[in-house]
Amino acid sequence: MTSPTTDRSEAIAGALLMLAAGFFAWQTMDLRIGTALRMGPGYFPAILSGILFLLGLLVFLKAFRSTATSEAMGAIAWRGLLFILPAPVFFGLTVRGLGFVPALFLTALIAAMASMRMKLHWALLLAFLVTLFSTLVFSYALGLPFRRFGPWLPF
Amino acid sequence: MEFLSNLALGFSVASSLENLTFCLIGVLLGTLIGVLPGIGATATIAMLLPITFQLEPVSSLIMLAGIYYGAQYGGSTTAILINMPGESSSAVTAIDGYQMARKGRAGIALAVAAIGSFFAGTVSTFLVALFAPLLTTVALKFGSAEYFSLMVLGLIMSVALAHGSVLKALAMVVLGLLLGMVGSDIYDGTPRFTMGITAYADGLNFVAVAVGVFGIAEILRNLEDEHDRQVLTSHVGRLWPTREDFRAIVGPVLRGTGLGSVLGILPGGGAILASFASYTVEKKLSKNPGEFGHGAIAGVAGPESANNAGAQTSFIPLLTLGIPANPVMALMIGAMIIQGIVPGPNVASEQPGLFWGIIASMWIGNLMLVVLNLPLIGLWVKLLKVPYFILFPIIMAMCSIGVYSVASNTWDLYAVAFFGLLGYVMGKLRFEPAPLLLGFVLGPLLEEHLRRALILSRGDAATFINRPISLTLLLLAVGVLVLVFLPAIRKSRDEVFTESEG
Repeated sequence: MTSPTTDRSEAIAGALLMLAAGFFAWQTMDLRIGTALRMGPGYFPAILSGILFLLGLLVFLKAFRSTATSEAMGAIAWRGLLFILPAPVFFGLTVRGLGFVPALFLTALIAAMASMRMKLHWALLLAFLVTLFSTLVFSYALGLPFRRFGPWLPF
Repeated sequence: MEFLSNLALGFSVASSLENLTFCLIGVLLGTLIGVLPGIGATATIAMLLPITFQLEPVSSLIMLAGIYYGAQYGGSTTAILINMPGESSSAVTAIDGYQMARKGRAGIALAVAAIGSFFAGTVSTFLVALFAPLLTTVALKFGSAEYFSLMVLGLIMSVALAHGSVLKALAMVVLGLLLGMVGSDIYDGTPRFTMGITAYADGLNFVAVAVGVFGIAEILRNLEDEHDRQVLTSHVGRLWPTREDFRAIVGPVLRGTGLGSVLGILPGGGAILASFASYTVEKKLSKNPGEFGHGAIAGVAGPESANNAGAQTSFIPLLTLGIPANPVMALMIGAMIIQGIVPGPNVASEQPGLFWGIIASMWIGNLMLVVLNLPLIGLWVKLLKVPYFILFPIIMAMCSIGVYSVASNTWDLYAVAFFGLLGYVMGKLRFEPAPLLLGFVLGPLLEEHLRRALILSRGDAATFINRPISLTLLLLAVGVLVLVFLPAIRKSRDEVFTESEG
């Protein structure tokens, strides 16, 4: 066993938990707490925020007396974060305006860019196939109520 | 015999052409998902959930159940062939299964896993049919106080079974509960934590949270390090076990089935616990324990039977109490609610066709898996070679369509991105997502029963202790919590989980 060291990722974890607890507690302040008999909307959330804060504090404090060997956090998928997370957001922003078919094509294309090993022409082909398949299955076969082409397009 | 007539009703529902088709689609999809790299059953069921809303309730639940146990089969296939468990419950299978594959006995390992699973599936389907109605009668006596205590026990169990720090798993449960509070208050409709966004007045979309925390986060983790996966062998070898092999697996399969059936009923991830327990038992009972870790056939047969039995019996708390035993069951609850079925003890009496149909379909699904999967193993092996960068754009497209089609709410898609980021950060900081999702699903129910119980008892919190069933459940929860904090247990728990990661 090594002597106690500081585990940075644990300290961050504890701090984030306390931050989240603080956020929920702050949002609870506007809500009526009520009594145990007639609980208001804020009663249960207030208790939970308190517990979460305590747990966060414990995790935070324990981080400074860590005996376990700290694991490295490893690489961070920056490219993945940059392209994967915006994909559903883009779909949400455009599915009504552009319509299902173009919105899905572009969403798949954006997501495909997240891999370093993807080539542009492969991405285009893949996005095309995904769109074709999904339109046939979801729009035609399952009859989901999507507009295939939206009002933003001239046709 | 009421039991037989109920089963007959179930089989007549499950064997309609339509339901057989959806069962088949379900198990095939499930196996595909279990085999494909980098995407787990929970994430995929979350994504496919919306697609099933167009179907009849029975068909949709049959298909979802099929995906679930199909994925277990697929997960064992990857565990054996490439030492990469597709599902956490097949982690144990990888230990000896992969060693068998290295010795050229991959086919036999796969066949043993399939046969063990089928046997366990058959037995536990009958157990579900026998015990579910019994539990239903008990459950009908449950008041709000009992429900509250039962859910507390379920949440604590999920903490006990999570990897890593107990404190952090507890924190995840509480965070999940808080996220479950988002939306309108059940009694007076006050919006809570919605940040003024009316699209979240009905609460955060369950599918969006599940897809984000499990699906997107998993894709991001896979993109950290893009390697080709090594398929050990495209040559599977002979499939059918020899007479000696059969003799060696009878005991482990029987014991695994028994263990799995009992442990599966426990809330909080029974199938995983069951496979670990079975492995430990087989190692203890074995005449030459040194064989374990080097391709012991019992180390494949036992845990595989146990996790399939556990997967099956984990439907008991779902069908009788409406309480999910693991994240997949939480998704099933979501599916039932969206279909307009309130999960709980009334399902069996009000919708006997649905209730028994699902139970019967489990057996049919298991049969399909054995018949189909052994011949199809060659195909699954080929699928293992599909590169990941082709898969995830498809997954992203399916996620987006799936989440949007639940309620045509674009804010749900923004929530997916947010929870994807949250899930990724959680993974980096070694937080477990399963307790969070369970907390999220149970949050509103927990609050409702807490408030109702206290109204009924005129604000006296002693109601939870004065009622014997409620007290027992709470004592169990405290007991579990004490156990996981005890140093000795904690150490062996760490060892169990370390072993699984090795």
